[in-house]
Amino acid sequence: MLKVKELIKDFGKVRIINSATFEVNADEIVSLVGPNGAGKTTLVNLISGHILPTSGKIEFLDRNITFASPYKRIKMGVARNFQITNLFSDSSILENVRSCLFSVYGKIKRGFLPANHYRAITQEAIDILDLFGISEKKEFLPPSLSEGDKKILDTAMAFALKSKFLLLDEPTSGVATGDKFKVMDTIVSAIRREKMACMIIEHDMDIVSDYSDRVLVLSEGEIIADGKPEQVMEQDNVKEILFGVRA
Amino acid sequence: MGVKNTIFKPKFFVYLGCFILLLFLPRVLPIYHLILFESGITFAIMALGFNLLLRYTGLLSFGHGALFAVGAYAVGMTGEHFPDLYRIEILIPVALLASLVVSTIFGFICVRHTRVFFSILALAVSMVIYALLIKLYHITGGSDGIHIGLPIMFGKSFEGMKRFEFLSGAYYYVLICVFAAATIIMLAIVNSPFGKALQCIRDNEVRAEMIGIRVRRYRLYAFILSGLFTGLGGAMWSFVNGHVTPEIAEWMFSGEIVYMTLLGGFMVFEGPIIGAILFTYLRLYAVTMTQYWMFLIGATLIILVLMLPEGITGGFVKLVSKIRRTPSTGVA
Amino acid sequence: MEHWVIYILNGLYFASFLFLTSLGLSIILGVMGILNLAHGSLFAIGAFVAAWIVGTFGSNSPITLFFVGLLAALGVAGVVGLALETSLIRPMYKRALEYQLLMTFGILLLIEDLIKMIWGGTAYYASKPFTVMGSLSIGDNQYPYYFLFAMLISMLAGLSIWMIMSKTRVGIMLRAISMDREMAKAMGIQVGRLNTLAFGMGAALAGVAGALIVPTTPALLGIGMDPLILAFIVVVLGGLGSLKGALVGSLIVGETRSLGIVFFPEIELPLLFLIAVIILVFKPEGLFGR
Repeated sequence: MLKVKELIKDFGKVRIINSATFEVNADEIVSLVGPNGAGKTTLVNLISGHILPTSGKIEFLDRNITFASPYKRIKMGVARNFQITNLFSDSSILENVRSCLFSVYGKIKRGFLPANHYRAITQEAIDILDLFGISEKKEFLPPSLSEGDKKILDTAMAFALKSKFLLLDEPTSGVATGDKFKVMDTIVSAIRREKMACMIIEHDMDIVSDYSDRVLVLSEGEIIADGKPEQVMEQDNVKEILFGVRA
Repeated sequence: MGVKNTIFKPKFFVYLGCFILLLFLPRVLPIYHLILFESGITFAIMALGFNLLLRYTGLLSFGHGALFAVGAYAVGMTGEHFPDLYRIEILIPVALLASLVVSTIFGFICVRHTRVFFSILALAVSMVIYALLIKLYHITGGSDGIHIGLPIMFGKSFEGMKRFEFLSGAYYYVLICVFAAATIIMLAIVNSPFGKALQCIRDNEVRAEMIGIRVRRYRLYAFILSGLFTGLGGAMWSFVNGHVTPEIAEWMFSGEIVYMTLLGGFMVFEGPIIGAILFTYLRLYAVTMTQYWMFLIGATLIILVLMLPEGITGGFVKLVSKIRRTPSTGVA
Repeated sequence: MEHWVIYILNGLYFASFLFLTSLGLSIILGVMGILNLAHGSLFAIGAFVAAWIVGTFGSNSPITLFFVGLLAALGVAGVVGLALETSLIRPMYKRALEYQLLMTFGILLLIEDLIKMIWGGTAYYASKPFTVMGSLSIGDNQYPYYFLFAMLISMLAGLSIWMIMSKTRVGIMLRAISMDREMAKAMGIQVGRLNTLAFGMGAALAGVAGALIVPTTPALLGIGMDPLILAFIVVVLGGLGSLKGALVGSLIVGETRSLGIVFFPEIELPLLFLIAVIILVFKPEGLFGR
């Protein structure tokens, strides 16, 4: 689904991403790991279109999106969340999700009826909240949610955009440790159900090994490992980078 | 967040009741007050448009006086240069068309910027329009302005009738219908998915873009809609006032538009309507009392901003929820 | 040919007090993040103070008294600015941007009528300094020395601001705040006090600009509105927070105004605006914006 070929990003003289090449297939959950400053968020920004690369190619569904605007990429099915949750704090969480649906269905331009009259869409929004386990709180405003619920909502919104490919930037950071697995379970089961592809930036190695199909290890802008979690974790160079363990 | 406008039904009856009351007003109010009230209604139409931009899209324009002037001058200039077309069925669409054109250009210039720059850019554009209205005197009448005669309404001419007769008679009902239509349309807009999208833009511009809402484009649409309502208000007002001069495009009037919206309270849909009508009376009263009414407006504006930022309706809503809260155990 | 020289020099004259006004606006906007709609009113205060002093006392030694007027304008406007910031603007920091604008707009209205209350509705002329200075001959034309004087004052002011901003501790702190308020706070900079100072500085600059204009234009009610808009156009063109930008922007606006008055007298303001809009279409952050 997503093909990245020799992607390079320089900021002035500093090369942040150095010739990254990898693929993500449908129905795959790929974790992107690496020490701080390795360039993970930059890579995500390149894929979502918030930064443009210096050279290289990004293909999504066999179409070249290397320089496409974020708006175009969203329309094509690439959605992302943000490390610091970024929600509509003045609307209920139901409306947060519903607005995404209105956007996807093009109702914003063409809909003339009051929003509440779009029963099917409203119900779909409730269903999505259900899928993510937060539908009891549907009338709540985001500021009153816990961090974990905010993250879930953020992901639910990306999900409501009917994306085919989700970019998740640390979906469990800020979440209480006890809740992390619950949050991941919710997110991953929703993803699996809809057969979406997903790339997750994650620091928690337990989460990485439990939920990923594949792991990409990024270090100083280079991908130094790409494979199944068990295999990658055993690689010496990976162990050194991630755990500081020398063979 | 205040009273939630969720259920359609009870409010509908309140609105209907108000409309019926309005229809009976000419029998109750003396003519002088009625005409003042009509002025307030035209301002209310304008304020509805203004608030679409402020409350729902988060843009504060200090230049809406110019858009009001466009509607008013559209009527005046048609009367001056195309007297055969001086029928209300033509004048209103002409005013709307003029507003459409001007708002599109005006809006296009302004919405590309951050909210702060938008505000003063709107002020700047309105000053240009003001300058044009004065300088192009051969078509706009310059600083003398244009006299507004009584239009032909649906085939009936009112020639020879005194203005106050016209205003307290047929015109009043036309105005009320226009006002009702405008209110209904605005209600539909703010409750529609488009209205919700505007609120998303106001709330979190970055996130709105991220869910596929084209922020700049919708801001422009909101501006154009706002301009249409404001121009319509201007057009209807021109008949009440009988005369249009460039002053309405100046910054002072734009400031008054902001003031009346704030006074009524911009968080509640009906707030601007109440603020507009109230302001018409307040302004008249203040002007007769003192020559320093700019000071009065400025001082009361500052007090409003400091103590009652959500205006009268906002204060009212807070009061109601406080009363509701007291008898119970404190759970809101 | 000489006409062109005169036109350009006239433009420089316009540019000089525009520079001071927009510099003040830019400082306030940059350091405090507040768009000061009352800036024109502070300009007006400066104009009235200076005009009143020169007009009332200045028959004998207009030049010296004009200096007194300038300083008084600076002082009064600055003090008014400080007073306004501490009393009315400070409560607005925590509020949404719109409220800050509304507050400064309310202040604009207040000051406009306060001026009317204090000085009445008449025009105050203070042309003595202008006439006394005489003029320079350039070919067949006369170029008033006063214009050169005004340019000098504004350059001095600009230079002082530049020195304050780059050499003094206070100036560096002000710049730090304008670059990143949170970071500045985290580093222990007293943002509150510096905000007051910034507002006072901006107001004082506006006051001086207002005082500079009175020898050629009488102080009238509403005199501050055009400078407000023009200063804003300069800030938008030149980009926020840039002294260089304010300088270049003022020159552009000043020259356009000067040439516009000669060649397109009916529409020089709309023309100016058109140029600003065209520049903004290609560079929404202004010519030197960040």
